[in-house]
Amino acid sequence: MSTIETKIEQMNIVIVGHVDHGKSTFIGRLLADTGSLPEGKLDQVKATCKKNAKPFEYAFLLDALKDEQSQGITIDVARCFFKTPKRHYIIIDAPGHIEFLKNMITGAARAEAAVLLIDAAEGVQENSRRHGYMASLLGIKQLIVLVNKMDLVDYSQERFEQIQREYQDFLSQINVQAKAFVPISAFQGEQVTQSSEKMPWFKGPDVLSLIDGFEKETEKSEQSTRFPVQDIYKFTEEGDDRRLIAGTLQTGQLRVGDPVVFYPSEKTSTIKSIEQFNVSPQADQIDAGSAIGVCVDTQIYIRPGELMCRQDEAAPLVGDTFKANLFWLGKKPMLKDKKYKLKCGSARATLYLKEIRNVLDASDLKSVANKQQIDRHDVAECVFQTLKPIAFDRSSDIESTGRFVIVDGYEIAGGGIMTDVLAAESSRLEDVLKRRDYAWETGGISPTKRAQRFGQTPQLLLITGQEGLGKIALAQALENQLFESGKSAYYLGLSNILSGVSRDLSHQVEDRDEHIRRLGELTHLFLDAGLLLISSVTELDDAEASVLKALIAPMPMTLINVGPTCFNKVPVDLQIDEQDSQEKQLAQVLAYLSQQKVLLDYSI
Amino acid sequence: MDQLAKLEAQSIYILREAYRDFKQLCMLWSIGKDSTVLLWLTRKAFFGHVPIPLVHVDTSYKIPEMIEYRDKLALKWKLNMIYGQNKQALASKETYPDGNIDRISCCKNLKSEALKHTLSGEWPRYRLNHERQAYEEDSNKEPYTGVIVGVRSDEEGSRSKERYFSPRDKQNDWDVGDQPPELWDQFKTDFAPGTHVRIHPLLDWTELNIWEYIQRENIPITSLYFDRGEGKRYRSLGCFPCTFPVESTAKNVDEIIEELRSGKFKNIAERSGRAQDKEDGGLETLRVQGYM
Repeated sequence: MSTIETKIEQMNIVIVGHVDHGKSTFIGRLLADTGSLPEGKLDQVKATCKKNAKPFEYAFLLDALKDEQSQGITIDVARCFFKTPKRHYIIIDAPGHIEFLKNMITGAARAEAAVLLIDAAEGVQENSRRHGYMASLLGIKQLIVLVNKMDLVDYSQERFEQIQREYQDFLSQINVQAKAFVPISAFQGEQVTQSSEKMPWFKGPDVLSLIDGFEKETEKSEQSTRFPVQDIYKFTEEGDDRRLIAGTLQTGQLRVGDPVVFYPSEKTSTIKSIEQFNVSPQADQIDAGSAIGVCVDTQIYIRPGELMCRQDEAAPLVGDTFKANLFWLGKKPMLKDKKYKLKCGSARATLYLKEIRNVLDASDLKSVANKQQIDRHDVAECVFQTLKPIAFDRSSDIESTGRFVIVDGYEIAGGGIMTDVLAAESSRLEDVLKRRDYAWETGGISPTKRAQRFGQTPQLLLITGQEGLGKIALAQALENQLFESGKSAYYLGLSNILSGVSRDLSHQVEDRDEHIRRLGELTHLFLDAGLLLISSVTELDDAEASVLKALIAPMPMTLINVGPTCFNKVPVDLQIDEQDSQEKQLAQVLAYLSQQKVLLDYSI
Repeated sequence: MDQLAKLEAQSIYILREAYRDFKQLCMLWSIGKDSTVLLWLTRKAFFGHVPIPLVHVDTSYKIPEMIEYRDKLALKWKLNMIYGQNKQALASKETYPDGNIDRISCCKNLKSEALKHTLSGEWPRYRLNHERQAYEEDSNKEPYTGVIVGVRSDEEGSRSKERYFSPRDKQNDWDVGDQPPELWDQFKTDFAPGTHVRIHPLLDWTELNIWEYIQRENIPITSLYFDRGEGKRYRSLGCFPCTFPVESTAKNVDEIIEELRSGKFKNIAERSGRAQDKEDGGLETLRVQGYM
């Protein structure tokens, strides 16, 4: 019974609600009444109860399954299985206690529908509301609310309607519509799998029919195409020349020949092939849900984290400032001006909390005004800013690219859904630079005086391009040549930074932003001191070039690109052929610098 | 998409996510059907290539056909194959087959300890040299920070509580009560220095799914799983002193699937032939100490 046959429809549902409102009893009842228990289990538990002179309870069934599990039989308790003639269900049992909210959220994030229980005697409690709200934030659109333990309130229609009104009011505040409210007694089996004779006043269907009435998610293939680029592989050493763009198609369809665009870089190409291992012949069309690879028909440079879309469909939102609904699980509060990591689709970005618009106490949905931080278990409407633009969707448009998690240190500390992109007055970087320049101290020697002393206008000469094209050797030769011509030039090697100033950073991709920032700040110091600084960065892209430019402004940067370019919009000052000899490349750079009056002719 | 296709896509996604975020990554290959399916999924994820080293803990008591099969596939699929062993315990005969300790302690010595020290790089790792077709000591002593493991949540209780990305602290310990949240398809891919993460791409697969996938993809599986005329076959593979074949006449994948779907094994646990699970504490105790 623990096995789910492949062809039959399967659905994950989560059972939520306040602690002790009857989740275990309800699940035990469902398992028993749908014949989903192992043979003889029900009788066995009943017999044990009788032997111990204890009244039988359906909740004991779950405990019995747990015991059995510890003996090694394959039944899952965190997840129970039951089936109806219509489909197979996996019930995710979500803990009702607040301390386990992160487990509840983990369970609910995997569910397609939720069943929420409220104790008829105790009424709506803190976690009744919190779980309802969390379910909606997590994207569960189908919810039924069970008012349980009706036997304790004499099956009172009045009590049921009172709770229904109260909870419905709450749901309407968060724009959630329950599919149904049902009065039940899981303990007595009333209204669970058939209409209750105890409650003739209730005309709605029983719970099982409502669960069978949950709809499978709408076809994601009909939405706009979203393919987050998870990684890019080249297995050249194994004799495989394909440049494979790997990812899972979240929504829409992809066909060979489709014109595509990658966001946020906005680079374009066309799908040349769809690649899968052990599939023959290769598909020429793929639907949402598949983990595949694609090859494109032009040599464009893109990075993991970009969002591939079709040119002929709605574009995603692109920006560095967005509005979101956030729930915070971190033990430490979320603070403004602290650095976090955002993970959205396959994109990762450095993220800052810019503004807290509203914090809701999820237990009673009262707004807490003027909060300066977001505490554990808070739900907040806020504005975030990333260091670089990211591509995403409004979660109401496309769910999978409209939701995110936030990493604090090493832990996932929060999650949420994006509600809109905002046009920020200033970027995070501009704010930081304003503060930096305001605080900047000088010894009183003006840039002009320095320029006169050194006979040069300070600037950054940055050599970029793909790996293995001799950029470092070129940079070093350039330093030599400039120094020999009487210039005060310095070559700043990347490994000098990595093993010194940036020794605290890992070599992980998302730390690259910080590497770039530090390179920019270091450069700013060197240029402020009046030097010509030469450095090289592999595969600098549009956004990174803009960051560097902003960090050293008003002093200029000369971008020298060797070989195929990684830029889409940023203009390159000097393009160098990677096939040319180093002498020829160097001569070309020097000629350019003379032309730009960085070097005066007589000094060569 | 059918259920099997969904499971496949999810596992591929998890494998790629692990490969993207962990520089020192390895995969445990026990030679059994689950980790062989995992190996196959790795080839799927990386388009026929296996860019992740495979680590096998050799207790020296594995059924001999398992080692044969391991090396044959390793050469054929060009695997970066590594094994590790608890040489001390074997030399001093601190094992159950030697009659000196009980089963659980033997598992702890030959599996958990061997695994821990092989992963950390403290004990020698032996790497397959494809040219010489022989194992030689590996010069790489870097600890692995990401370890991909083919456990399934339906196998037994403690495995059902696992996350897809499950952190282990410096002592290799697993804190069952305080696990990170997993939201949608975002997992814990950041880890503090000195800790490592176990990655479980097969968590949602059932034993039946595994066999259905082996059938669909035509994955080569060691013949120990099939009845070879004796009316017996292995349902789960391990060390020969502690793993017993089950009575079954299933001779091929189709017959195994039939047996699991509606036949005699429909309601009987897969690990019922594993003796160490039945001793005090069993697998959960072993797992908290670092067992797979």
